[in-house]
Amino acid sequence: MKPGRAARLCFLLLCLCCAGCTGWQSAMDPQGPAARRLDQLFWLFTGTAALIWLLVMLVLALALLRRRMPPEAVAEHRSTVAVGGAVAATVLIITGLTFASYLATRQDSAGHADALVIRVRGFQWWWEVTYPDAAPDHSFLTANEIHIPVGRPVRIELAAADVIHSFWVPNLAGKQDMIPGRDNALTFTVQQPGIYRGQCAEFCGLQHAHMALLVVAEPPEAFERWRAAQLAEAQAPRTPEAAEGQRLLEIKACGACHTVRGTAAAGTLGPDLTHLASRQYLAAGMLPVTRGALAAWIADPQTIKPGNNMPMVSLSADELQALSAYLVDLK
Amino acid sequence: MTRGRPAEDLRDTALAEVELTHGLARTWQTPSGFWGALATVDHKIIGRRYIATAFVFLALGGVLALLMRWQLARPESRILSPDLYNQVFTIHGTNMMFLFAVPVMEAMAVYLVPLMVGTRNIAVPRLNAFSYWMYLVGGVLLWVAFVLDMGPDVGWFAYVPLAGPQYGAGKRADIWAQMITFTEISALAVAVEIVVTVLKQRAPGMSLDRIPLFVWSMLVTSFIIILAMPAVMVASTSLILDRLVGTHFFNPAEGGDVLLWQHLFWFFGHPEVYIIFLPAVGMISSILPTFTRRPIFGYLPLVLALVGTGILAFGLWVHHMFTTGLPRVGESFFTASSMAIAVPSGIQIFCWLATIWYGRPVLKTPMLFILAFLFTFVIGGLTGVMVASVPLDTQVHDTYFVVAHFHYVLVGGAVFPLLGGVYYWFPKITGRMMSERIGRWVVGLLLAGFNLTFFPMHILGLQGMTRRIYTYQADMGWGGMNLFVSLSSLVLATGFLLFFIDAFRSARHGAPAGDNPWGAATLEWATSSPPPPYNFVRIPVVESASPLWDSPDALPVATGLRMDRRELLVSTVADAVPEARESSPGNSIWPLWAAAATTILLIASIFTPWAVVWGAIPVTIALIGWFWPKGTPEDES
Repeated sequence: MKPGRAARLCFLLLCLCCAGCTGWQSAMDPQGPAARRLDQLFWLFTGTAALIWLLVMLVLALALLRRRMPPEAVAEHRSTVAVGGAVAATVLIITGLTFASYLATRQDSAGHADALVIRVRGFQWWWEVTYPDAAPDHSFLTANEIHIPVGRPVRIELAAADVIHSFWVPNLAGKQDMIPGRDNALTFTVQQPGIYRGQCAEFCGLQHAHMALLVVAEPPEAFERWRAAQLAEAQAPRTPEAAEGQRLLEIKACGACHTVRGTAAAGTLGPDLTHLASRQYLAAGMLPVTRGALAAWIADPQTIKPGNNMPMVSLSADELQALSAYLVDLK
Repeated sequence: MTRGRPAEDLRDTALAEVELTHGLARTWQTPSGFWGALATVDHKIIGRRYIATAFVFLALGGVLALLMRWQLARPESRILSPDLYNQVFTIHGTNMMFLFAVPVMEAMAVYLVPLMVGTRNIAVPRLNAFSYWMYLVGGVLLWVAFVLDMGPDVGWFAYVPLAGPQYGAGKRADIWAQMITFTEISALAVAVEIVVTVLKQRAPGMSLDRIPLFVWSMLVTSFIIILAMPAVMVASTSLILDRLVGTHFFNPAEGGDVLLWQHLFWFFGHPEVYIIFLPAVGMISSILPTFTRRPIFGYLPLVLALVGTGILAFGLWVHHMFTTGLPRVGESFFTASSMAIAVPSGIQIFCWLATIWYGRPVLKTPMLFILAFLFTFVIGGLTGVMVASVPLDTQVHDTYFVVAHFHYVLVGGAVFPLLGGVYYWFPKITGRMMSERIGRWVVGLLLAGFNLTFFPMHILGLQGMTRRIYTYQADMGWGGMNLFVSLSSLVLATGFLLFFIDAFRSARHGAPAGDNPWGAATLEWATSSPPPPYNFVRIPVVESASPLWDSPDALPVATGLRMDRRELLVSTVADAVPEARESSPGNSIWPLWAAAATTILLIASIFTPWAVVWGAIPVTIALIGWFWPKGTPEDES
């Protein structure tokens, strides 16, 4: 074993890999001050750790290679000094890192009076998103996709409807758990428009793997346009086929769990579908919102996402066509 | 001990060597045959069983790990269903923690501690037999449940409400909780035995500053077990009550608290890490002098580091809960205490480096495992400092970064020293050497395979890959590295396979070892390999911390113990001055019956609370039978 060379290789490998670590769900590609502070702290810790590891390996290599033996008393004395020094250095480094970590936390806990408040509730296995407003008719519900204006602090208030979930969008901030019976919150600001992915980080059952959400950061004007569109009731059907789709939604099982504002469907167990087609993904990140994907999902949700709470509703081929035609128009 | 000897009082002083060894063998032997094997209380036989069983569970848990890597090698793979995957990762974790790591360390101690302190048997030996049966049943319960598709699927941490009555359907979480009860009982029993053995049965002259460091580490570990395990017993019992009789300990709708579970679980769960890690560092401190040909440097700081780690272990549990939204002040305190654990760990590493620096390293397989440990564990320790920081932890918590971190600590920090310990003590246990040539291959394959498997997981975690997911989508970009990890895990598996092959082969065909093949300094090497049922013909007297090096020709011995009945020497706690001769219980089948009765009670109580009432009757009968005087010489004294 050649620890020195191995160490250099590992470090190079790490650097190479991290250079390629940009992604839409990556802690290595921070897009806001909160995530950036965490990234800087990460590199401070990693650099220190790499140096310490190299040093220990170097001493170990020398210890294995050296041949000269001083008398026992001298060896004992020198060991005491060396070990004592190393322990003192450890204490200093640990203290420094603790302090650095404390400073980063303190900056994060600063309050934001003008923050945009969004409530997110975790369900098995999707996210309910509420934009509350003092005027009740200006507050609305959506799911799995959060739109935020860039440059303005956002306060996400977190709750859980069933089991523990955890809200994590690594490009924007660290994670925070959603715990039944407790209220948590997370505040961050995004500076660049973009689409960032997050996913549930606390094991929550069968479909923990498929519980993703998107954060869409857009300029304030675009955000306000989106908000106004979300406040409106659902798009009325424009074709006879879509009208049949709406009728099916209301008379079949769909309305028992889902709401489409402006129709008789007013269930609250599943995601709100009023503006389903304005969202990019279906079933918490499983499928893109296209007519084909909608039909596939409704036809057999248990094969696509085994164990999820949406039952298979028996529909004829024509009914499936009509329903998907209606849903894909819910912009 | 010099009072007059009646004719029937057969002491070792009065007898010739041959007569003495025959007499001792007759008194301490385990009768041959099936019932003899079931009734034995010999710590060496029970220890061997414990070790072998734990390694069987290691192999089974390893197979589960390979299944998970097979599933994760490609995105959206459908080799395991989500339900099966959840069972597999739950049982992998539960199995490795409760059925392998903790028991194997205690198993090594059950075998080695009585030999290392120079006594004839472990204290409370029938409890020791009982503890093995309980452990075996707990393990079988978990695996039979898995085979019947009733395996726990709630994670080894079983967070409520997912594991609670509302969301944890069927009996899966109950099986998990009851498996905990079985392994708890056995772990607590062994911990008590070891504390008593170390404190009261040491050979004359083995004062506190001459105790071998592995024994010290097991003493500290046993105290941690005694203090930490009750927390998880309370937790798992409350969970069973919530599920079975509708109490609401963890139900927020009825005034219960979800976080209470996490506090109780991690108040045990974090010390658990040190329950696994401290015996491993104890093994290093005991093996290292042999292969550097000098006494360990810094005996006192090493002991203080063990004790310090044991105390700090109880101040860290909240760092598993940094993302639950606890008050900032509390979090800062737990950051500081979590980082402080680096100091005792650092002390140990620096003392070992100093020992190697001023020693003459002999690169045999056990020593190579220590080098592999240093290479790997230091990385795990340093990433441990990273996850101890609250802000960093909010990014890496519950991601593959943490998976990488704790495997570096548990495999690098505990399994490598353990395997080094197996290569080191195998000749003592079996009388035969393991292969040096294969041993080098094992170390190489494990070191390379381990690092290639687990190092990339750090990066996967930072790239956003969360834990406990049965699959991931192709557009996440994790596919390449996951495939690499899965292929590397085959290298790691090959290393373990080779280790098992070597152990099996060497047990039958290895070169005969002799009493002290490595030229080691501690007492277990002062008797034959494998040791006779009575361990030592005469109890050795210890005059230094390296008795076999400082008295190379023959150890002084203490005499005066009887040979016609099982007798031990009891000594004082601090200076190990002989105090009394004490009877040691003989073989008995009753621990087995007691274990069978307890098993019926515990397993039936998964299904009905009345099992606790009716099941108590056979347990009581078994205990009465266990303690009923049977007129043996030991009973009379």
